[in-house]
Amino acid sequence: MLGKNKRETPMRLKALVLMAAVLMSGPAFVTPAAAQIEVDINAGAVKPMPIAVPAFSGATRGAEIAQVITGNLERSGLFQPLNVSGVPDKLADVNIQPRFPDWQATGAQALINGQVTVGPDGGLRVDFRLWDVFSQQQLLGLQFSSTPDNWRRVAHKISDAVYERLTGEKGYFDTRVAFVAESGPKLNRVKRLAIMDQDGANPQYLTDGSYIVMTPRFSSTSQELTYMALRPTGSSIYLLNLETSRQETVGKFPGMVFAPRFSPDGGKVAFSVERAGNSDIYVMDLRSRATTRITTDPAIDTSPSFSPDGTKIAFNSDRGGQAQLYVMNTDGSGVRRISYGGGRYTTPVWSPRGDFIAFTKQTGGQFHIGVMRPDGSDERLLTTSYLDEGPTWAPNGRVLMFFREGGGGVPKLWTVDITGRILRPAAYNGSGSDPAWSPLLD
Amino acid sequence: MSFDTQRAARLALVGLAAASLAACASRPKPQPAAPAPQPPPVQEPAPYTPPQPPPVAQGPLPGSVQDFVVNVGDRVYFDTDEYSVRADAQPVLAGQAQWLNRYSAVKVRIEGNADERGTREYNLALGARRANAVRDFLIAQGVAASRIETISFGKEKPIDAGTTEEAWAKNRNGHTAITDGAR
Repeated sequence: MLGKNKRETPMRLKALVLMAAVLMSGPAFVTPAAAQIEVDINAGAVKPMPIAVPAFSGATRGAEIAQVITGNLERSGLFQPLNVSGVPDKLADVNIQPRFPDWQATGAQALINGQVTVGPDGGLRVDFRLWDVFSQQQLLGLQFSSTPDNWRRVAHKISDAVYERLTGEKGYFDTRVAFVAESGPKLNRVKRLAIMDQDGANPQYLTDGSYIVMTPRFSSTSQELTYMALRPTGSSIYLLNLETSRQETVGKFPGMVFAPRFSPDGGKVAFSVERAGNSDIYVMDLRSRATTRITTDPAIDTSPSFSPDGTKIAFNSDRGGQAQLYVMNTDGSGVRRISYGGGRYTTPVWSPRGDFIAFTKQTGGQFHIGVMRPDGSDERLLTTSYLDEGPTWAPNGRVLMFFREGGGGVPKLWTVDITGRILRPAAYNGSGSDPAWSPLLD
Repeated sequence: MSFDTQRAARLALVGLAAASLAACASRPKPQPAAPAPQPPPVQEPAPYTPPQPPPVAQGPLPGSVQDFVVNVGDRVYFDTDEYSVRADAQPVLAGQAQWLNRYSAVKVRIEGNADERGTREYNLALGARRANAVRDFLIAQGVAASRIETISFGKEKPIDAGTTEEAWAKNRNGHTAITDGAR
């Protein structure tokens, strides 16, 4: 199926020459300084930091690069990019110190000053410096080189560098999101596997909509997806390499197969197999193709998710009477229930940092996205609506994407931070569900 | 206008007003009018009506998919988060089994469906349980297991787009789809 669309859906990542170098040369003011300003991400940024991101100077794409960075920082909810078009200081040269009084007058605490040059070989070079406007100290100076058509990724890399310098947490902007693009009426919905940049740019369809696709999940180590396809004749779990377009299935099973998810090293896939109405969790070693049954309970056992150290699996079971979250060792031993609140808990997803498990909860006729510690303590509900479902972690483990479907039946992608304070629609205008956040690109 | 004519006119107006007041006070209430006599009915000649053709009975061809859907019923419904066959579903499934035992070339696929008040993966598992419950019932009523396949569509194939309990109740179902062998 995929081979057919290969031409319209170039999934192969362009070969990238994206090099970063620390700007060391230049005037004497380039002294690495301790951060004078910082954003406390775990407080959920009650007040976002004002930041100036003027158009980069130089040959080409300067305004667009600044725009992509502005969008990224604004959507994080931690920064408030200011309109600085009227500032007298035009920052013509990245190696000349900004006129700080001009920038102090805007109220910005931080300033990104960048410059784009095109080398004799046609290559794109982007230099930028991050300034603390009030202490007048440089916080960061980096140089990126790539091909000119790769300018968006350069902008995402700069966004990540700025985010990390100012928050102390890794960024998540140079990433992609796989999801299910939905179209058509609720009773005859077309669902296509799709992928886009984290900021909604470059959306592409990977399947043609002639069959239902669900629950794509990224490998955390490679540009590889696993997802489920549902046809009237049965279900399949696919493994799709986005760089080579190679696709294979995990093989034939007597009943339904669903709910696939990679192990953190990418070497295994856990999923549910249904036999005579009973769903259990299996793990397949992708190298040997050996499949091991992990649960044997007559209850529903599904939605397995590995811990980032690979030693445990969180899953969903109704063995206690209704859907709750459990954690077990990867061989199926040591099963322990971790959710005890009222309501039904489903879709546990272990944070890539290991400190939280995100989930979907139903209570009081509403759906919630929430997080709890892996031992079940410290449960927090982050969202509430008619239908919120399917959380996926940004690679920094501090932001979640999920989908929300109002009564109108049109699902949309949303993001929320782990404090629940920064809740907003994702940067994608279409209808989508089942988001899967990629790891940071190389 | 002279003084005299003005005065005369004013007096005349007063007189008129007094007269109309008196008329108001003494006017009798109107009596309902007596019904007008109806004209006698006119006898018209009846139009010619040709003799009616005898009725044609119409129904699904016995053993057809339509026969199964209309006369037996191809869907049974489940309670929230449940997969046991409800009392009201048992006669429907008994009818399905009877029909399938009569038309023994027919093969079916039982599709388990769930409402949207659950997550995708859990609902796939729940739909599989429902499909299997229907399958078990049909097998217990003598339908060969080899004629039945099952699948779960989870919450992916609703039949009612509503967001009320009534709509969800319709979407929690087991659908017996004929895949082969119908007339």
